[in-house]
Parts: sequence; C-alpha cells; structure tokens
Amino acid sequence: MPRSVKKGPFVDYKLAEKIAKLNEINQKKIIKTWSRASTITPDFVGHTIAVHNGNKMIPVYITENMVGHKLGEFAPTRIFRAHPGTKAEKASQVK
Amino acid sequence: MARIAGVDLPKNKRVLFGLQYIFGIGKTLSSAILEKAKVDPNKKVSDLNDEEVAQIRAVIQSDFKVEGALRSEIQQNIKRLMDIGSYRGIRHRKSLPVRGQRTRTNSRTRKGKRKTVAGKKKAPTKK
Repeated sequence: MPRSVKKGPFVDYKLAEKIAKLNEINQKKIIKTWSRASTITPDFVGHTIAVHNGNKMIPVYITENMVGHKLGEFAPTRIFRAHPGTKAEKASQVK
Repeated sequence: MARIAGVDLPKNKRVLFGLQYIFGIGKTLSSAILEKAKVDPNKKVSDLNDEEVAQIRAVIQSDFKVEGALRSEIQQNIKRLMDIGSYRGIRHRKSLPVRGQRTRTNSRTRKGKRKTVAGKKKAPTKK
C-alpha cells in the first residue's frame, strides 16, 4: 500500500534540515547519511549525498530524474563479483 | 476490413474482443473505448461500417497510447531507470528480476535458458 498523500514524502528530519541549510547559503557539501529510506525531493537536486550501504558511504550525485526515488536505490548493498568457476576455474583448468 | 492503429482486427470476432488485438488495449480499455465511441460491443468486426471504425479510431487516437507509442514509452521508462543508476535500472541492465524475486531458482523468463556450468557437482544422492 502506498504512503498516505497527507503525510507527504518521507525524508529523514535531520537530512532535510541539513539540505535546507545548504540551500540557504547556496553551498554544496557532501552530506553523509544512513537514511536510505528517505525520498529524494526537488530540494536535493545538485547535491552530492553520501549514502551508507552497510559498509561504505557511496557518493550519489542527485539529478532531476532521481526525484521521487529513495536514496537507498542508488547505493547497492550487494556486490556480485562472479560465480565460482565461471572465470577463475577455467583459467586454472588450462594450466 | 477494419484497420485500427496499424493492426488488422480479426473479422469474425465481436468488437469488444477484436480491439484487444491492439497492443495496449485489454478488456477494460476496450469496453471504455466502445462506450465512448457509442458502438455496440456485441457487433462483429466485419459488420462495422466506416463511420463506426472512424469513431473508434478517433477515440483511441485522442485518449490512449497504443502500439508503437506505448512500446517506446515503456522503453523510455526503463532507460530512465538505467541512466540514473538506480537499483531497478541495474537489475534491468543485468536482465535479472527487478522486483525482488528470488534468483536461486526460477526467474527463467528474465534469465533465459539455463546455462550449465562445467564442474558443478550434482546433488549428493542418498545412500
């Protein structure tokens, strides 16, 4: 079920505050956040936000197209390298 | 022969169902279109006169996106997801399921035919 329109999009309170402050003085600074569930609002556009992925902070540059998505969508939490045996094993079999 | 939105409609079906041969029109839209065009949905496609066909065509053109236009819109939406580098876009790029389904088994529609991996042992048989 979608979120009630009455409440508006969810943005972490502290994060929204920081963005508002930066917008006021027209500055761009990297903001660290753990709030992956925050929706990207139009205020965010142009900022770079470092979103935590459980391990590292991933810098995400916000463009207009991203409005309406959540921050977490841009900081993947899983890294897929390769299946065991697809590349490494083939190489060793040749020897 | 009724030709709407670049698709030939099957002659011997009722209009309600014939319209569904157009990409982007299902049962709901079909009945909505016919109601707006004031065409009897029980009529056979072959029995439609030119006026009715024109009427249907006009309604579809003004109100709905079908066929090529709809397909390209869908493609654009997917492309947008890929360009902004969102999770859903990445899943599209890798042609894996986008909406969080399991991939340990199944999801063959997205992954295509099974690629057998050499050296993968079969499940141990019970003694």
